[in-house]
Amino acid sequence: MKLDEVPQDQSSTYGGHSKLVYAVDARGQYQGAQSDGWEPEAFATQLAVAALQEQEAEALAAWQAGQQSPLKCLMYRYRLDEPALAQITGLWQWRIRRHFRPTIYRRLSAAILARYAEAFGLPAAQLIAYQKDPV
Amino acid sequence: MSSFEQPFQHRQSAHCESGVMASLLTHAGLPMSEPMAFGLASGLAFAYLPIVKLSGMPLIAYRMPPKHLIKTLSKRLGARLHSRTFGNPEQGRRELDGLLDSGRLAGLQSSVFWLPYFPPEMRFHFNAHNLLAYGRDGNDYLISDPVFEEPVRCAAEDLQKARFAKGALAAKGLMYWLDQVPLEQDWNQLIRQSLLSTTRILDGMPLPWIGIRGIQHLAKQIEKLDPAQAKYNRLYLTHIVRMQEEIGTGGAGFRFMYASFLQEAGEKLGDATLKEASARLTAIGDDWRQFASACVRASRNKGEAPNFAPIAESLRAIALQERGLMQELAAWSKRKG
Repeated sequence: MKLDEVPQDQSSTYGGHSKLVYAVDARGQYQGAQSDGWEPEAFATQLAVAALQEQEAEALAAWQAGQQSPLKCLMYRYRLDEPALAQITGLWQWRIRRHFRPTIYRRLSAAILARYAEAFGLPAAQLIAYQKDPV
Repeated sequence: MSSFEQPFQHRQSAHCESGVMASLLTHAGLPMSEPMAFGLASGLAFAYLPIVKLSGMPLIAYRMPPKHLIKTLSKRLGARLHSRTFGNPEQGRRELDGLLDSGRLAGLQSSVFWLPYFPPEMRFHFNAHNLLAYGRDGNDYLISDPVFEEPVRCAAEDLQKARFAKGALAAKGLMYWLDQVPLEQDWNQLIRQSLLSTTRILDGMPLPWIGIRGIQHLAKQIEKLDPAQAKYNRLYLTHIVRMQEEIGTGGAGFRFMYASFLQEAGEKLGDATLKEASARLTAIGDDWRQFASACVRASRNKGEAPNFAPIAESLRAIALQERGLMQELAAWSKRKG
């Protein structure tokens, strides 16, 4: 990559920052150069974010309709999936999937909810409040 | 380290781990560029790990696993690396404060997701990010995060959460610092040793998922994509691009950074072979960028069925070129060793 080929596509995914890439000048000498975005890379990032948002929206609708507990929606909102949430909380994946059922969720102990709360970075009281009052 | 040392200078880097090491060494009096730190630690690699899943996708790595750079580089340079993890987060915080108050720099491993200074779209659950703490001010830590342009601040609670985030690659508060960095180095020996090691990683592993064979394996996977699974294909191809470009690689999955190392090494030793190898790797890096663009192009058009064969073919061509380069570098590093 030559210095004048370093992309400056002002990608929103960089959040106004620039990152460093390495490129050669006209004499072939390497230098660090700042890039404020590369469109193909931003497309890839946005696609991944959109996939998570889509899953979150589906889970939110199911939660509001009373078909699912809030856990699934929160899981996607905090950019997790089942294996990742299982690793963080130390719960088996099948238990987590079971906790997605509203009736099971309402009976969960404060200790289990505290594990989820820590994974999401939320106060445990908020998850307890969801037990009584859906949404 | 002397007690009347220079104030710490932040330097932006492409990659977190090589950036932290370059800064630590430079601060200790051994000037070191990021590409040099990356190259001397034999950081370049390729691995396709279908068993390790990231949001349901295989892990595709263009470099050695986390902590490899820190360990390998301190060992090769003969510097003393102290590193500690903590079962008790509160103790981790106290020890960090103690280290900073004694005027040292502390390398830290942390999660990206819980660092509030990261832009929201970059915040994914990746626990093996590296940064440097160089001081404290009230409730804030003064942080030199290598991938940022300027030093940043981070509130104590946030840093604590990021250091002790659980999950895959959990840092457990890992904190490290360097001592007794020898300022005299045998560069010829170091460069040969690190090059030989890289050629063995990229083209000497009897495993189908590592190095050149890993690249060929990825090509096969792309060729095998079922055109009917449009959604999965798009996520798969863009996942490759993210692994290659998004996660702080300096462009083309560390190939440009390594080419910069080869150039610097060639200048240091006055060796034309290395400089020529650098130019070749730059061209290979350009091919990697083309490959990334092609992956995104195939994911973009929703209407027509994309043709994956040419993308896989371009990847195979890259693999062959890297193999040729590695063979030449291996011969060079043994020739005059």
